[in-house]
Amino acid sequence: MSGFLSVLSREIRLSLRGGGEILTLVLFFVIVGAVVPFAVGPDKALLARIAPGIVWIAAFLAMLLGLEKLFGPDRADGTLALYRLADIPLSAVVAAKVIAHWLTAALPLILASPALALLLAMDGETFGRTVLSLLLGTPALAGFGAIGAAVTVATRRGGLLAPILIAPLSVPVLIFGVGAISASGGPDQAQAAALLLAALSLMVLVLSPFAAALAIDWGED
Amino acid sequence: MTIDTTPKMTWWNRLSHPGQFVALTRPLILPLALVTGVLFAAGLWYGLFSSPPEKYMGDTVRIMYVHVPTAWLSQFVYATMAVSALGTLVWRHPMADVSMKAAAPLGAAFTAMALFTGSLWGRPTWGTFWEWDGRMTSTLVLLFIYLGIVALWRAFDDQLRAARVVAVFTLVGAVNIPVIKFSVDWWSTLHQPASVFRADGPTMPGEILTPLFVMFFAFTFLFVTLQLVAMHTEVRRRRITTLERRAARGDAR
Amino acid sequence: MTERHVHSLLCLKTFALGVGRGETVLARDIALSVPAGSGLMLRGPNGAGKSTLLLTLAGLLDPLEGSVVIEGYDEDFGPAFHHCGHRNAIRPRLTAIETLEFWCGINGNAALPVAEALDRVGLSRQAKLDAAYLSAGQQRRLALARLLVSARPVWLLDEPTSALDTEGQRLLAGLIDDHLAAGGIVVIASHDDIAVDGLAVLTLESGA
Repeated sequence: MSGFLSVLSREIRLSLRGGGEILTLVLFFVIVGAVVPFAVGPDKALLARIAPGIVWIAAFLAMLLGLEKLFGPDRADGTLALYRLADIPLSAVVAAKVIAHWLTAALPLILASPALALLLAMDGETFGRTVLSLLLGTPALAGFGAIGAAVTVATRRGGLLAPILIAPLSVPVLIFGVGAISASGGPDQAQAAALLLAALSLMVLVLSPFAAALAIDWGED
Repeated sequence: MTIDTTPKMTWWNRLSHPGQFVALTRPLILPLALVTGVLFAAGLWYGLFSSPPEKYMGDTVRIMYVHVPTAWLSQFVYATMAVSALGTLVWRHPMADVSMKAAAPLGAAFTAMALFTGSLWGRPTWGTFWEWDGRMTSTLVLLFIYLGIVALWRAFDDQLRAARVVAVFTLVGAVNIPVIKFSVDWWSTLHQPASVFRADGPTMPGEILTPLFVMFFAFTFLFVTLQLVAMHTEVRRRRITTLERRAARGDAR
Repeated sequence: MTERHVHSLLCLKTFALGVGRGETVLARDIALSVPAGSGLMLRGPNGAGKSTLLLTLAGLLDPLEGSVVIEGYDEDFGPAFHHCGHRNAIRPRLTAIETLEFWCGINGNAALPVAEALDRVGLSRQAKLDAAYLSAGQQRRLALARLLVSARPVWLLDEPTSALDTEGQRLLAGLIDDHLAAGGIVVIASHDDIAVDGLAVLTLESGA
């Protein structure tokens, strides 16, 4: 357990001291959302209708940005190989990293989402559901992200490949994430989507550390 | 009492040696190719000339003779890859790597064909080339997964190492595909009534079912043939790489 | 000291070990037997497989044939190997203390306290310095301190003298001496001479 906490605190420290990494991420999230009105026009009714989708797309893209630093620097400086000699299983290291990734790449976005809600003319109730759906769905994105980063960490151009690999896998997260906010099928469907989203996140969180650890273990040398 | 502990050369052991595998399966290729050719000739002749146009869709129904088999293969090839991935991870079977690698581009090609014929069929039937219908959408996502796997293979220098990593990703994909399928179905029924696509199914008359059946086998045999040829090519490619490395080490000495 | 007692029965052995990367065999039929309290020096030209052998001993690479065992080691104590490779596994933005605390946390078996370990390698003045500001030699010393904070019987050192000055090399020799005296095992791959008495030497031939 202390090993798990060591990894967690190291990751969080590195992110907080990262020279504005988190700030960059949040800015990216808000700017992606704020650029959309320039593309589709400032029609408030339209914006309010597509706002949940925009918020999710912005969060999805922002979380892809942070993937490269999940395992890449650790591989470059040799830490990744030593994780395999650690007293805790590699999957525990990966699990700690997934949690740290969520805390440093997803939580700040959720905290910044009021800014986007304001810009995109969201009403209060929709905003509440948006925060809930982001809270429920981003853990799944973090888990898929860890798998994508792990399978590409030993390749030469992993940075570009990981998003391509995990985007198709993330389709259900986007569908249920947006569905939980604005299901045109009514409140029943929205609730079903939220529950499915939570189930998906749990499944991914449980399975991804093992899959990612397997990929790292066998891809390294 | 003696226990014979010398390993027997069972068919499984022989298959696991790349050279033996090629030697064992090479005689199969010509018959398989012949069967594929005959099935295609029969299926195409039956499908294009001998079967009547359908009552509602007219001649466009003939697209189905290509569309349905490729759509089936798009899933069957992934299943082949997933089983091979298990072979790589669990049994470390050397030919499972090769089979996994050979199947990925084939699966991508069949999936792309299924999408292409689907949209050709959609134009006269739905009035549009692309409809965000549940089946088309999940096939598109499947195509992305195939292409991602092909890209992942190419990103590795060392193909032996690549195999195990790709196997992990293939299995993650296999676990996810049902979830994706379910979510896309949920999503498409939410956004539009499900009446776009009339289920074909068993109401089709025999004149249409027969060529469909023949084409189904023709495409499946095509896949098996291509898969074997691609596996042989891959085995040879690896042997060349090994020889090249050995030669490089010999020069360095 | 019960631990020392346990260590004294240790023996690192390999049986017909073949090492290499991918399908390329670099060295085969390696039969090592390194008992507790003794060290082994791996020699050989570049590309002979020294690093690969160390990685294989550590379990980071699968042996192509044969096996590696540590006789007399109880797996309940955790992993038996420390590996110190070309890369120092030191990350900028963490201080020297934090780096060692992290390694102690995930490697377990806390031995020397972090401050003492830093003192031992001569980095106590740089303890709170961001590791990015350490010189190459100081980073190497910090990497060696990682071996001190968690107790493990077998040290696998790959070119440990690189970037070290003469004083640093003396320090390294002292660390190895202490580890051997405590009943540990050391396997070193190096082109330099290390002033430790009684190191056995194994020379790997190129392209075997």
